[in-house]
Amino acid sequence: MTALAVGQGVLREQRAAEIDAILARYPEGERRSAVMPLLYLAQHLYGHLGQAAVEEVAGILGISSTQVGSLIGFYSLYHDRPGGKVRMQICTDLPCALRGAEAFARDVCRNLGVRLGETTPDGLITVEEVTCLAGCDRAPMFQVQDETGIHYREGQTVETALAWVDEVRRSYGQD
Amino acid sequence: MGKTERVLLRHRDIPDLDRLDTYLAHGGFAALRRTVTTKSPQEAIDVVKTSGLRGRGGAGFPTGVKWSFLTPDVFPRYVVVNADESEPGTFKDREIMERNPFQLLEGVALCAYAARASTAYIYCRGEFWDLAAELEARIGEMRARGFLGRNLFDTDFSLEIFVHLGAGAYICGEETALLESLEGKLGQPRLRPPFPAAKGLYGLPTVVNNVETLANLPPIFERGADWYRTIGTKDSPGTKVFSLSGNVARPGNYELPLGTPFRTLIFEHGGGIPGGKKIKAILPAGASAPILVATEEVLDTPMDYESLPNVGSMLGSASIIVIDDSVDIAWVALKTTRFFKHESCGKCTPCREGTYWMLQVLERLHDGPNAGGQVDLLHAVARGIEGKCLCPLGEFAIMPVTSGIERFRADFAAHESNGR
Repeated sequence: MTALAVGQGVLREQRAAEIDAILARYPEGERRSAVMPLLYLAQHLYGHLGQAAVEEVAGILGISSTQVGSLIGFYSLYHDRPGGKVRMQICTDLPCALRGAEAFARDVCRNLGVRLGETTPDGLITVEEVTCLAGCDRAPMFQVQDETGIHYREGQTVETALAWVDEVRRSYGQD
Repeated sequence: MGKTERVLLRHRDIPDLDRLDTYLAHGGFAALRRTVTTKSPQEAIDVVKTSGLRGRGGAGFPTGVKWSFLTPDVFPRYVVVNADESEPGTFKDREIMERNPFQLLEGVALCAYAARASTAYIYCRGEFWDLAAELEARIGEMRARGFLGRNLFDTDFSLEIFVHLGAGAYICGEETALLESLEGKLGQPRLRPPFPAAKGLYGLPTVVNNVETLANLPPIFERGADWYRTIGTKDSPGTKVFSLSGNVARPGNYELPLGTPFRTLIFEHGGGIPGGKKIKAILPAGASAPILVATEEVLDTPMDYESLPNVGSMLGSASIIVIDDSVDIAWVALKTTRFFKHESCGKCTPCREGTYWMLQVLERLHDGPNAGGQVDLLHAVARGIEGKCLCPLGEFAIMPVTSGIERFRADFAAHESNGR
């Protein structure tokens, strides 16, 4: 991803059609409802949600940057600081843990040389622990959060997870 | 009803039911057309009341009664679908939306007609990103075929359905927190009353129903309330999708009549406990209900809204987590408490501070050093939270802890005696 100048209307410029489509879903006078979809758009464009991105979203909606910024700490899928290009979010909640998810997370981390919450030295993958993802019957499982959205990978073993890591490294040209 | 007839997970019997043509070929949207063209909204509410359908999100409140609380003569009104499925161990709404989406969407339309709403939002947890994109595509197909838009079936009923993504917050499954979130605010519960039926989305009358609840509507309108009442029990009619997980051979969703005993689900359908181990405990509603000791009496208890309280728990969202005899219940309490502490929205003090302190004591028990008396302290902290929270999350948070200590005390005490 190329570094973009955050703020100064870049989001509005580059994603005008999507922004209009999002705003059209909500009644006149209730534009604030569009804040969460717009935050996803901004995060996918900039990689994370810094203060300038927050102000840009606030400006589009005509609400204060505090009203926007408070959401980022509250909702766990928004990130206020840069991480890896790809976030590997492993569910270790009770149902998954009963099916080996804690050992899975530990072994994945050991193989990647990181601790939970850390990013691989190449800056590509941040490994995180998350709460229940509604994939309990296909544990161990994780979700992948990247600039295209969020995608599930279920019924995993350490081997399949590491094969996925290789795939990600290849696709980002870092093999 | 034959054991195998599925009302909700029909896609397991009908391949490609997620395609509109297949759904139409199997009677799809006939119930909607007939209801909109021949029944008044009040008659539609009466059908649902008569069916005895109870909300499948966890509370089990009668759906038709909930609709009848809408403030009269105030418009516009909204229908909001709770698709924030986040209870640990619950993955039923996801299967319905992924594999039988049009049955949900037809249910949304039936609900909107009864509620006299012309806009519906499906609030999907953000993690269901791919699913939500598919759902939006299905909504587009519906519109293209004349099942959404203005003046449906040449009546004055109009409807648009939109998908709205959350962003990772369990609390948004609580209906007033969900409405706050949909309005673009922090997902924190509102004081009630007023309830959403009086002042919901944007302060207007709103029906909030769970995905599975709404997916029940097309079959109820198609085959009638009397037929529906032949399934399940007198007080809990219909089938339920039970999400089975944990230490069980065949985890997954199982659609069975309400009133089916735990034993049938866990041993017949789920294949029992693997690895030569024995069943020790059952969490019948994910993390949000007291833990049951898996006695013979409990295993023979019918899984319905009225029977679970008799053995000291609740049906909730019917996400059954099975625990075998190798598992330490103090660790189960640690896991559920860590979950609730993470998910507490921070609005009310008993939950925000209480989940923090419960976790402190539980971590001390597990990691040491501890000076003894920790189990009683933990119990006292939990009891101190009880009955004082703004919403059910705080009340749920203590249930695995108090029931764990009261029913599996030895598991907790073992940590105390081992404390460094």
